[in-house]
Amino acid sequence: MIKLSINGIEVEVEQGTTLLEAAKFLGINIPTLCYNDGLSPYGACRLCVVEIRDGTASKMVSSCTYPATEGLKVFTHTESVLKARKMVIELHLATCPGSKIIQDLASKHGVRQVRFKQEYEDCINCGLCVRICEEQMMAKAIGFVGRGDKRHITTPFDIKSDVCRLCGGCMYICPACQLRCHGPNVQEEGAICNACLNLEPPCVDYFDDQMCYMDPCVVCEQAADRIPKSER
Amino acid sequence: MEQTKLDEIISANGNNRKSIIPVLQEIQATYNYLPKEELQYISEKMDIPLIELFSIASFYSSFSLTPRGKHLVQVCLGTACHVRGAHRVLDESKKRLQIEPDETTDDQQFTLKTVNCLGACALGPIVVIDNDYHGNTRAQKVNAILAQYKSVNNNGNDTTE
Ligand code: FES
Ligand code: FES
Repeated sequence: MIKLSINGIEVEVEQGTTLLEAAKFLGINIPTLCYNDGLSPYGACRLCVVEIRDGTASKMVSSCTYPATEGLKVFTHTESVLKARKMVIELHLATCPGSKIIQDLASKHGVRQVRFKQEYEDCINCGLCVRICEEQMMAKAIGFVGRGDKRHITTPFDIKSDVCRLCGGCMYICPACQLRCHGPNVQEEGAICNACLNLEPPCVDYFDDQMCYMDPCVVCEQAADRIPKSER
Repeated sequence: MEQTKLDEIISANGNNRKSIIPVLQEIQATYNYLPKEELQYISEKMDIPLIELFSIASFYSSFSLTPRGKHLVQVCLGTACHVRGAHRVLDESKKRLQIEPDETTDDQQFTLKTVNCLGACALGPIVVIDNDYHGNTRAQKVNAILAQYKSVNNNGNDTTE
């Protein structure tokens, strides 16, 4: 067993556990995009960044791929982590504004602007479809092709693959190409919607250190209406 | 290529994942590119998903999925070569060969490519044709350099097939 601390809480986990799994075990919510329980971790989206500290030295790592090590001090919601996550979301939004999942993340994490050149891609190269095809559907019909900024996902020779059974697993798991954001504010320029702003946790003003583990976190807001007046 | 030849290449390099790149290199050397049918055949033979071969072939710039000319002309546009005027060399090469980078001349003799630093910066601007390094190239010299390779072809020194 390995002992480490997450946000100051001591936890013991088995060898080979990732920081994300350890945090989940404690009920700490770390946002993810390219992570899926049934697939191998890939570390592509960088949304799950956490800070690990060793004395005064600190560094940012992706928690879905970083293995728990003895005596590690992990912080999941420090100021620099939150800032880094916002930046990651902003970059994803600059690539792929049509994704409902990314728009929701933006609303939830308070991303209100995109300062980068706006692109309109259908893919963020998170590799979920490639992994589901290989690991769950045992097909290996699609994969990454090319490199650098030309790297993209396709079938061999860009034609229908012989091993593809049209199972639709790739579309099912895609955070970008299927579930589109048709929010009222997605226009050609300034492609940030933020119409789902009510996703913003109402308690943040009071507990800025994310003391609430609910996700989505609007529950208490609704509860306030539901409590009968007599009991308030 | 006949399948027996492909089988030979596979058995010479070993039928395992380690030998994917050597096998592809041999096919590339024989054909000057990686034909689709050949990739499909070795994918079946070596039991390696076709997409994996395709990913590898598209990743390394020494592999090509489209037919390449007999001579590969690589113009370095790395930092050192760039400041010494590599773009003029490239422009001249484009003009002389009448193709854009990554294209092949109609007579299948030359393929033009750009690279980012060949590790021979002191010789820049540098043009590599096949395995010959032509250092300190100037735009004026491009035609003469290319001519050396053209003349070889005219001697009927044909090596393909
Ligand atoms: S979830 Fe960890 S990098 Fe994407
Ligand atoms: S920049 Fe051309 S060889 Fe280095």
